[in-house]
Order: sequence, then structure tokens, then C-alpha cells
Amino acid sequence: MRFDQRHLLGIEPLRPDEITTLLDLSDQYADRNRKRSPSTDVLAGMTQINMFFENSTRTQASFELAGKRLGADVMNMAMQASSVKKGETLIDTALTLNAMRPDLLVVRHPHAGAVDLLSQKVNCAVLNAGDGKHEHPTQALLDALTIRREKGRLHRLSIAICGDIAHSRVARSNILLLGKMENRVRLIGPPTLMPSGIEEFGVEVFDDMREGLKDVDVVMMLRLQKERMDGGFIPSEREYYHRYGLDSEKLGHAKEDAIVMHPGPMNRGVEIDGTLADDINRSVIQEQVEMGVAVRMATMDLLAQNLRERRTQHPEGVLV
Amino acid sequence: MTRLITHARLIDPEAGTETLGAVLVRNGVIAEVFDHPDPQIGTDTVPQDARRDAGGKCLAPGIVDIGVKICEPGERHKESYGSAGQAAAAGGVTTIVTRPDTTPAIDTPETLEFVRRRANEAAPVHVLPMAALTKGRDGHEMTEIGFLMDAGAVAFTDCDRVVQNTKVLSRAMTYARALGALVVGHPQEPNLSAGAATTSGKFASLRGLPAVSPMAERMGLDREIALVEMTGARYHADQITTTRALPALARAKRNGFDVTAGVSMHHLTLNEFDVADYRTFFKVKPPLRSEDDRQAVVEAVKTGLIDVIGSFHTPQDEESKRLPFEEAASGAVGLETMLPVLMRLYHSSDLDLPTLFRALSLNPAKRLGLDCGRLAKGAPADLVLFDPDKPVILDRFKLMSKSKNTPFDGARLQGKVLETFVSGTSVYRST
Repeated sequence: MRFDQRHLLGIEPLRPDEITTLLDLSDQYADRNRKRSPSTDVLAGMTQINMFFENSTRTQASFELAGKRLGADVMNMAMQASSVKKGETLIDTALTLNAMRPDLLVVRHPHAGAVDLLSQKVNCAVLNAGDGKHEHPTQALLDALTIRREKGRLHRLSIAICGDIAHSRVARSNILLLGKMENRVRLIGPPTLMPSGIEEFGVEVFDDMREGLKDVDVVMMLRLQKERMDGGFIPSEREYYHRYGLDSEKLGHAKEDAIVMHPGPMNRGVEIDGTLADDINRSVIQEQVEMGVAVRMATMDLLAQNLRERRTQHPEGVLV
Repeated sequence: MTRLITHARLIDPEAGTETLGAVLVRNGVIAEVFDHPDPQIGTDTVPQDARRDAGGKCLAPGIVDIGVKICEPGERHKESYGSAGQAAAAGGVTTIVTRPDTTPAIDTPETLEFVRRRANEAAPVHVLPMAALTKGRDGHEMTEIGFLMDAGAVAFTDCDRVVQNTKVLSRAMTYARALGALVVGHPQEPNLSAGAATTSGKFASLRGLPAVSPMAERMGLDREIALVEMTGARYHADQITTTRALPALARAKRNGFDVTAGVSMHHLTLNEFDVADYRTFFKVKPPLRSEDDRQAVVEAVKTGLIDVIGSFHTPQDEESKRLPFEEAASGAVGLETMLPVLMRLYHSSDLDLPTLFRALSLNPAKRLGLDCGRLAKGAPADLVLFDPDKPVILDRFKLMSKSKNTPFDGARLQGKVLETFVSGTSVYRST
């Protein structure tokens, strides 16, 4: 079992055995996090910078906590208010930060490929915390860990992803990860929220939710963003909830022990019924948040190990 | 001033032939084409230093490139008439037909005058300007088409800004018809293509990039052909790049409308997957298409359905390309790389050389009413001598253009321009 990545830019470049390595270590951190003193010093002396070019509370907090539990010095940069507003390009921002010699850079950006571009210009390890509609790898990993812990395995499961697939980086990363681990992935949503050419990803596409949910093991709901609701992609909020909102009746078509997931933040009464979201027998939404910290700790731990190794081989600190 | 080129493989796009022969040039025009590789002409007629033995390499009419962006006025740091002229000469392009999408747009006789003066001072090749169809390329009011023609505009186009208001476009085309002016359109349904950086499909979805359906091109073309039918204007579609648009083009031609179409070198040689990990030098407008589309447009060039190949030379500086893909500027330089890049289609046996030069030289010249583009007695001696087999590895920093944004950096190509002649004068000779 190895993990050969320099950065975590997406699920796409990962091998199945690397995903397993990551999840195994995450499992250990998840158990450790439940103990009274979960902190370690594996990242002691290392600097982690969180650069969020897009608003985030949950993901940023999760990364911050993960870094602190590992003993790193964590710095948050609010990129909305910084020199980006003054016209500095992404590459200049990257070079400036690189000169401060960070070890881990956690980046969220509204444009697809932006984190990839930035990673080419820095010496440290870069973690993609979401780039446009492209990928959100740690979310897919934490979803995978949650499923594995709940279902006892991460293969040969039938998993439905429901809602706004077209605009969702969470959906893309999950489709890639679950496919790599040999699961059956079903996508459910109105055709206006389905990306073109998606059938070629090895998934089944349904526009009828009941049909799509039939006998699935896992139901993943996606957030429907407010700006997509009125008339543009769907006729109205209430029609969407009627056809694609998850309630106990629709969930009845899934397997009896099917679990319900949501990456948050939820719109109760839009894509998911509030009572169902709180049902501790079905909903694992809180576990997902918990696993998020563990997965991010494991990812940073492994990337830091690779970074140390590379620095031993290239003590000059050149771009490699 | 005379010149004799012997032992040349003559590429004649009019006759569709390749023959070994020689060409005699006198006073800037082709005085004679010989079917003997070494005609017996005394040194009293052509002195020794005015002879070139082509050694069996190809001699073709120089390329007429419709749709070249030169960034004067406005962004001279990206490209000037001097640098573009050098690049053209090095690429075998003997006539540049420029786009009016500068800052400000070339939409008055005065700006056109400035451009022509700059071009004649600085460029070693012929430069013919196109002018904007509407003022400021804003799509509201037509430009002074008559005055602009008098000042030397060879065609009228708003480039990639589609005239959204069909009434404005229909009036401009009606007015252009009366003057016999050529209108060049960019077939796209502008609302569908707004904000798009790629063609919709698996690749765009995988990369999470905003995409446009290839159908937007067909919709744009359908509207413009309907307007041709309505107004009787002479019309040229700048780029047809999708399978779905081809039947509409064929139908318009069959119905006898004065319609022609072009395609870019990039859409003939690259597809959407070449963008790979968000490589912005591959971002062009319209976006690169599927491999099926690429093959269909190559076939359309072969059959003559697509008339013209152009470089759509669009210089962009490093800053405007070193951005996330969605934000990066579109376009690629191509004046200098077009001939070697298109040799890929020759080596893959998709297109023979006379067919290529029909689309590169003959057809664009004919469409603009120019006398060049032919390898015949009496035609202007705008010629390119090239070796179609010579291997080269393209180094973008060696390009003559001020901007180096080519998607072919590091590409292994076969084909090299050896010498370029404009009106019989050598304007480039490779070392």
C-alpha cells in the first residue's frame, strides 16, 4: 500500500490502492478523534495556509481543525478581501505565498482548474478544497469513509446521487471515486441539472426518483443552490421538492437499511425533508462531518510524509 | 527584375496537379511556367544570382490568410504589423487579411487609413484590412460600408461578436448587397455560447468547464443563411467546425446562394481532449470539437464544401493566458505554424497538396476578388517554396510573433518554409 501523490488535486489521478491507503489511515484518525486527547505532533513545525477564494465555513473549519490536531501552524487567508480584489493574478498570489515557504496549501477557488494551475507554481503540497464545478476530493473521501464504516465495505454497493449533478464538484468526485472502487452509481435529477455526456462515465441516469432509488444501499443528496431555483433550471422550489426532494415515502423504494447522506449545508424542505435529515437511524449527515476531519488529517499526514521525503532528496528546495 | 526557380515540384491548386517544373518571374508576376525542371534560359535573360534550384521541393502560390488579428491599434505589445509581417513571411503567408476586432475597432475610414499606412510601412507581405460591420462592433448601427470600401476594406465582419439583433444584421446585409460587399459572419447562437470555454460533452463534464452545445454553430449558420436568402448578400462563414452545421452549408450552396465557409487550422488538427489539464494555449473560439467533428471538417475541406483554411492568428500575451481556463483569453498564433501543422493532414493522406493550397491560397483569393493564389502565367509572383518532409520540433520562443501562444510548442512536425516571395521579391529565406 502506497500513496505516491505530491498534491491532492482530485480523485481522478488516484489509484484504488491509494484511496484505500488514505481511508485506512483516516479510519485510525477517526477512532483517535473520539479519544479525550486526539492531538498529535505529526505536522509539528509545518505551516498550513488555507486560501479560500470562495466562501466556506464548514470545509475551512474542518481543514483548520485537522491541521491543528496534527500540530501544524495554521493560517487562514480570506482571499475575498485581499489583493485579489486589487487585480493580482492567481499566479502572483501563488508566488507570493510560496515565498513565505508554507508546507501545505489548502485552496478553494470558483474556477475549474485553478488549483491545478496554482500547484504548478509552488514548492509545497497543495490540497484542492473545491475548484469550480470540477472536483472536491476530500468530500468524496469523507463520503467514502462514512459509507465504508456504515456498510462494512466500499465495493459492490448501489449508490444513488440525487439533485443538481451539473453544478456539483461533489458529485464529480464521488462518481469518480465510487466508480474506481467498483460500485454501481446512479444519478437522479431533472435533465436540466444533468451534465452532458455523463452516461460515458459509467453511471446510470434516472429522471424519475422512485425508479432511481429502487434497492439502493446509499442515497446521497446534493444541495440545490438558491440561484438555480427560480425558472432557470427548474420551474420552482415546490415542484422540485415534489419530484426530487427526499422524504420517507421516496426513501421507501431504497433498501430497508439504506443510509442517507448530504454534504451540507442542507436546504430543509427543498432537497430533503427535515425530519428525515434528523433521523439517526437513517441519516449519517453528522458522521460525514466527523469523518471530514479524519480524512483531512490523513490526507495532510500522507502528503507531509511525501513532502519531507522529497525535501531530503532535493535539499535545495527547487521546484520538482 | 527577373527570377528563375528550377527543379520545383509545382503545386497548382487550379489544375489540382503536382508536376516537376520551373517558374520564371518578371516584374513581380509569373512570366512563364515550364513543365521542364530546367528550361534552357541564358544568363543574359536571367543572371546567375537570380536563379534558385529548388532541388525537387514544393513551390506553391502564397497563402492568403483571412482573419488575422494584428493588435494595432490598441495592444501593440501583443503584435504589430512589423512582427506579424515577419511571421507571415516565415510561414509562407503572402497576403494577410486582417480582422477589425482591435481596440478601438476598425469601424471608420480614418482608422482604416491609419491601419493601411502602418501596414504598408511595416509589413513585408500584402495586408488587406477587413472592417467592422457595425459601429464599435456593438451590433446596433451599421458602419459606413461605402466609405470603408473606398478606403480599401475587402470584407465586413464583427468577428466573434455576433450581431444579435436580426433586424440590424438584415439591414446591414441588405445595404452590403447593393455595394457588392462581402459580409463575414461568425456562426454561433450567442445566448447558448455565452461564457462557454469548451464544447459540451464528456470532456467538459469531466473538467467541470462551462460548455456550449455544437448545435449553437448550426443555429447561427441557419439564421445567417436565411438572411442571405432574404437579402441576397455575399456571405462567408468564418469558421465551420461541427458535423451538424455541414448539411446546412451544403444546402445553401446547392440552392445557389453566394455562400462560402472557412475553418481554422486548429479545428483541422486538434480536438477537445488536447486541452488536457486545462492548457489554456488550446483555448480557441469556437472551442475545440470532438474527434468526429474534426474528421468531418477535414473531409469537408477535401470535397470543397469548406472553401477556406485560415490560421485565425490571435496573439495573446502570457498574462492573459496564465489564468484559470475559464478566465483565460481565447486564441492562438498561427501565421508561422500553419503550413507545417497542416502538413500533418498531408502526411496522414487526408489531403493532398493541391487540395490544401486550393483552400489556403486559391479559394480565399477568389473570394476576395484577388488575382493571386494561382500558379499560372500572369498571376502575381506571390510564392512559397517549402519542404513538406523536413522534420522540425516547434519552439514557441523562436516564433517571429511578439506573442508566443501556440498550442504546438514542442510538437514534432514535418514541413518547413524555405523561401517566400511577395511580388517576386524574396521576403524570407530560411537559414
